[in-house]
Amino acid sequence: MVFEYAPAPESRSVVEIKPSYGLFIDGEFVDAAGRFKTANPATEEVLADVGEADASDVDRAVAAARRAYERVWGPMPGRERAKYLYRIARIVQERARELAVLETLDNGKPIRESRDVDLPLVAAHFFYYAGWADKLAYAGFGPDPKPLGVAGQVIPWNFPLLMLAWKIAPALACGNTVVLKPAETTPLTALAFAEICQQADLPPGVVNIVTGAGDTGRALVEHPGVDKVAFTGSTEVGKQIARSVAGSRKRVTLELGGKAANIVFDDAPIDQAVEGIVNGIFFNQGHVCCAGSRLLVQESIADDLLESLKRRMALLRVGDPLDKNTDVGAINSRAQLDRIRALSEVGDAEGAQRWSAPCPLPDRGFWFAPTIFTGVSQAHRIAREEIFGPVLSVLTFRTPAEAVEKANNTPYGLSAGIWSDKGSRILAIADRLRAGVVWANTFNKFDPTSPFGGYKESGYGREGGRHGLEAYLAH
Amino acid sequence: MPTEQESPAATTEPTVRLAVRKTYKLFIGGAFPRSESGRSYPVHTATGDFMANAALASRKDARDAVRAARAAFGTWSAATAYNRGQILYRVAEMLEGRHAQFTAEVAAATGDRDAAAAEVDAAIDRWVWYAGWADKIAQVHGAANPVAGPYFNLSTPEPTGVVAVVAPPESPLLGLVSVVAPAIVSGNTAVVVASEDRPLPAVTLAEVLATSDLPDGVVNVLTGRVAEIAPWLASHMDVDAIDLTGVTDAGLAVDLETAAAENLKRVLRPAPASSDWAADPDVQRMLALIETKTVWHPKGI
Repeated sequence: MVFEYAPAPESRSVVEIKPSYGLFIDGEFVDAAGRFKTANPATEEVLADVGEADASDVDRAVAAARRAYERVWGPMPGRERAKYLYRIARIVQERARELAVLETLDNGKPIRESRDVDLPLVAAHFFYYAGWADKLAYAGFGPDPKPLGVAGQVIPWNFPLLMLAWKIAPALACGNTVVLKPAETTPLTALAFAEICQQADLPPGVVNIVTGAGDTGRALVEHPGVDKVAFTGSTEVGKQIARSVAGSRKRVTLELGGKAANIVFDDAPIDQAVEGIVNGIFFNQGHVCCAGSRLLVQESIADDLLESLKRRMALLRVGDPLDKNTDVGAINSRAQLDRIRALSEVGDAEGAQRWSAPCPLPDRGFWFAPTIFTGVSQAHRIAREEIFGPVLSVLTFRTPAEAVEKANNTPYGLSAGIWSDKGSRILAIADRLRAGVVWANTFNKFDPTSPFGGYKESGYGREGGRHGLEAYLAH
Repeated sequence: MPTEQESPAATTEPTVRLAVRKTYKLFIGGAFPRSESGRSYPVHTATGDFMANAALASRKDARDAVRAARAAFGTWSAATAYNRGQILYRVAEMLEGRHAQFTAEVAAATGDRDAAAAEVDAAIDRWVWYAGWADKIAQVHGAANPVAGPYFNLSTPEPTGVVAVVAPPESPLLGLVSVVAPAIVSGNTAVVVASEDRPLPAVTLAEVLATSDLPDGVVNVLTGRVAEIAPWLASHMDVDAIDLTGVTDAGLAVDLETAAAENLKRVLRPAPASSDWAADPDVQRMLALIETKTVWHPKGI
């Protein structure tokens, strides 16, 4: 007897999406030079018309942030800044369900993830950094650390509101003001956050949101009035930013791509490892910079593990992101879907064996079935390049030294996973991995107290934890 | 129905509504009992007017409070730091909601209404300051230790256990908050002896704590004579630390510290008479009430 799931859709009625949005500058919504549309990637339905900021709009936003920094936010005592951030954290908690639904509509991620992962982490991040605002002298960066000024922040589309929180919370806690540009495919939760700033009575100009695409981001990053650039996104754009600030006084932090190795030793608890592998690569459709996209499995257990993995993948439910049963949602955009398809075809052409979960996909919207490639070598492009989708490349190893060698054989260094029952082995391997976050017998764990960021071409600087303050303090 | 003119009330003095007074009781294990001894003592304003009869706590009340604190320690110390921080911040929200009530009680006790309002402001901000430490004290005072060998070695702060606190006598709210918050933020539970002559804000604080999702027994408040209650707490074998900040009798303080030595309680000695509770605190009170635990684990393939 087979039990089937009945659809359990989350109600859209908790969200009111306006037909059009302006930019949020100096505490109010204003018209932008241009317009663009944002759509639901699960249905291709247009959700709203959004302002596209040009250089003059960015200029206004930076000027507003400068005024707010000099007159209000910079001189304000830390304990007062703290109370604003606590207010924001509380309003996020109060409006969490609404924001989760909005995030899922605009991004395509399953409601189960936006509700249970993104939104709780957003609130926790503001809560955590609120508590630092009046304790900066204890953070280890000198007895009286100072803010930098105006931060220009550009964030990606994979965790729109969470990346906003990672950027804005520490910046404000340290006394900086911000101009933030959300990704062009996911601007809506950032605009909802602008309303939250209004509800919290945050002084005008402390947070400014300019929507737009690459040109808007470039205008922001290159604006001479910006003291600090914080970027999360592709390594390619990260390198452009690093070049564009060369010779300036701007401080920069970059959180870029990854190609994390998820290493499974023969003594690993197989069922837990399979869950961890699935979580590592199929969480958020694989749109995760720290995704465990390279599975390194010890040869002696490879066949058994892959059999279990395929059995588990066949049970993943792909489809309506608003359905509370859904495990894997929509690919965020047609452009990203094209890229995932193109790299997967390269995988076929280079001789790797593709296997996809036998799941039905909706007719409309952007979808890609959870997929693994076996027989992958280190030379294959699908082992070297970030696919940023639900595609796992499987490689094998025989000895721990070989596992380390292969894991580190990448220009990236954001994260890694280790699966083993032996604590001493986990710690020894972790020491040898050139990656900023190492998960042992777990994967994709995030916490506001825990620093996150990469080695090598995964960027520089850390976000989260006490270490996350450093990027926003002069010292 | 009688008409307006016929109403007897219309022919007598207009009545002034009589206020319903509050009974100020102890706070033990989340409940508000009177003293088991049945005793009370009068509390007066700064100008000598009668305000209320506070419960005069006994040895038995103190022991009940220790038992409640011990029972709460497991849950509270095991709660995530984030959860403790959220609950303590909720306490600050509830304090703010009772701003006017605290101001009135502090003003009655100290006789200075403007200073009272400022003391309540400072007490709320102080509570917020400590709430934020819940998930930061380990980051500032823990360490990954680079031992000379193939070992993972991590030191983390943990709460010491049940803390008995004698609150400062002169600062009935700000001083009280300044000794209670640092004790519980790291996961300790507390038995607090309120300011002897100005105990009413402590009882109202207990009402705030009772409505802030703080688990029952994390804070227990006793009102009464320091000289009577504190010796029982200092010699109690299930109390792990004692904060003598509010003990003004030097001889009593020595006796309490001596009694505390029996099970090597951590002791915070009395505050200097000139203590300025409005000054920014540092982390010393929190550090005095935590233990550092260091975990070793080998590294090797």
